[in-house]
Amino acid sequence: MPRTLFDKIWDFHRAGQRSDGRDLVYIDRHVLHELHAHHAFAQLQRQARAVHRPDLTFAVQDHTVATQPGRDDGTNPSGTAFIRAMREGCRDNGIRLFDIDDPEQGISHVVAPELGMVLPGATHAVPDSHAATVGGVGALAFGCGTSELAHILVTQVMALRRPKTMRVRLDGRLGAHVNAKDVALRLIAGLGVAGARGHAVEYAGAAVRAMPIEARMTLCNLNIEMGGRSGFVAPDEATFAWLSGRPFVPQDTLWDRAVAYWRTLKSDDDAAFDREVTLDCSALEPQISWGTDPSQVVGISGRVPAPDALEPSRRAAAQSAFAYMGLEPGTPLAGLPVDRVFIGSCTNSRLPDLQVAAAVVRGRRVAAGVVAMVVPGSSRVKREAEAAGLDRVFREAGFFWGESGCSMCAGGNGDRGRPGERCVSTTNRNFENRQGPQVRTHLASPATAAASAIAGCIADVRQLLAGAA
Amino acid sequence: MQPFVSHTGIAAPLLTDDINTDQIAPILHSRSLKEDYKAMLFHRARRRRDGSEDPDFVLNKPQFRAAGILVTGHNFGAGSSRESAVWSMLANDIRVIVAKSFADIYRENCLQNGLLPVVLGGHDADAFIARVVAVDGATPFTVDLVTQRISGPGGPDIAFEIAAAERTRLIEGLDDIGLTLKHMDDIARWERQAAVAQPWLQQATDSRR
Repeated sequence: MPRTLFDKIWDFHRAGQRSDGRDLVYIDRHVLHELHAHHAFAQLQRQARAVHRPDLTFAVQDHTVATQPGRDDGTNPSGTAFIRAMREGCRDNGIRLFDIDDPEQGISHVVAPELGMVLPGATHAVPDSHAATVGGVGALAFGCGTSELAHILVTQVMALRRPKTMRVRLDGRLGAHVNAKDVALRLIAGLGVAGARGHAVEYAGAAVRAMPIEARMTLCNLNIEMGGRSGFVAPDEATFAWLSGRPFVPQDTLWDRAVAYWRTLKSDDDAAFDREVTLDCSALEPQISWGTDPSQVVGISGRVPAPDALEPSRRAAAQSAFAYMGLEPGTPLAGLPVDRVFIGSCTNSRLPDLQVAAAVVRGRRVAAGVVAMVVPGSSRVKREAEAAGLDRVFREAGFFWGESGCSMCAGGNGDRGRPGERCVSTTNRNFENRQGPQVRTHLASPATAAASAIAGCIADVRQLLAGAA
Repeated sequence: MQPFVSHTGIAAPLLTDDINTDQIAPILHSRSLKEDYKAMLFHRARRRRDGSEDPDFVLNKPQFRAAGILVTGHNFGAGSSRESAVWSMLANDIRVIVAKSFADIYRENCLQNGLLPVVLGGHDADAFIARVVAVDGATPFTVDLVTQRISGPGGPDIAFEIAAAERTRLIEGLDDIGLTLKHMDDIARWERQAAVAQPWLQQATDSRR
């Protein structure tokens, strides 16, 4: 019987079935972060249980770490206890930790693929809803809570109900300055924040094939914002080239054998999906959110929608969003003054994201009164960006250039906006109060965020760059 | 895990869709690992901009302060996987959430902690919501997992569905890790097979070391 790629990975990893009918899905790589792991370490200690495979388990400090140069455990006082508990828990349980000062420290979803820890056809879990980011290299990843994190530590499996399958086919060719973030925001706008609930989503089609691996990760990262259980892209030659030479990938003849296997990782031609969705990306313009959930999105030339123009089920949320965002229906998005711009997070903090933003910023200045920040997704990304001189481009334009971490995405490290500020952000959630009490977040791509920092208002990057030519 | 058999309590209507875990359990920048989950629940939604309590927020209304059942719309618990969004319910003695649907990770977190997630379909949900709104906290409802029924003022009992195995796990308060530990032989067998079929999965070695 023809099978989807999801079926192939799931079936391979099914180590057993529990009496309650749940599949025991083996987790090849488990990556922890300090905000949640301490609960699980304490639980294991209480229950006198041991970590089954510390050698397949890794840990990072990302959610609470400060971004100021020269940071340490105490720079963000509300992170200190978490950072130290993480260190202790990893030491006691024999887990390799990429600590706050480690050259490979960074956001788990950035670090795991860039070190080659996650591989095509492998399973991956993180106690974080954005775990599926690594689907960009063809891994099947699940976000989980703290109890499940403890469960994986003790057993190395997750006890899961098999999700349904969905294929999102992205056709066409992206226009200039339009990228994976814009595609994902458009998809979420169409499907809604629960549109992929209960589904493992395979992203396919010409537009996906043309995307660099980092862009595929951006796409998969946002899968949870439409409620998806997991999201991934079948690996291809670009994936293997991207992974080649990374520290944790298989070496020598094992590499050759792995690649030969990975080439088989695709959905069968006649495999049936529970749901199929198609989006033509050719005419897509840069996208921006206007509301307080990631489905409240329009093109950059668009306006805040009138409630009548929305489906009835979306009108109440829109009314509440207008009030929070301080926006009236009919207001054009472009031209809205901004106070803050944030470029970073597991969504858009990899080197190509920073390159795109730097290309917009180069030779320009951040508009007066705008606080603009760039926070690389990992210490490795930061080093690579600095080697390419990107830090100078950003600094000279007036951006803050930070140490890597989650930073303003959830504000868990104290990086937050001030009440009432309007912020263009490359992150994944424009929820109320997420970037600070009463902060008004507009989600956008790195190119749009960079252009908005320069213009001092929400800006169409294409017009900004055309104006310069 | 604390078992769930039956709960009788006031039902509070919070009738919006897509309530996310940032709303339920915002990050409060505690300096301690022992966070105040009771204070965390809807911390910002409960307050006005000046920090004072918002009397219009449902859980601040006198008749719902001791609510044990939260009644809500679609996709409850969207967003972040933080389990504090479940612990903060339990810290406030909320033992049941009745929703039109739940976000996947949130529902799993409920099951892990003995917080009963009840899904009601279209007609049943609307009928139950109407009764909850009409009684306005004056009389409690009972949610019984043994009989899989909701009973209370304003109409007949409403039956709800839940997977038999999940029901048993909740009623008996079974330890989820304990259930899986019975399968460690299966897991060891899988590891031996994977080490042959895809050996790179069973080793995560830093080639620089």
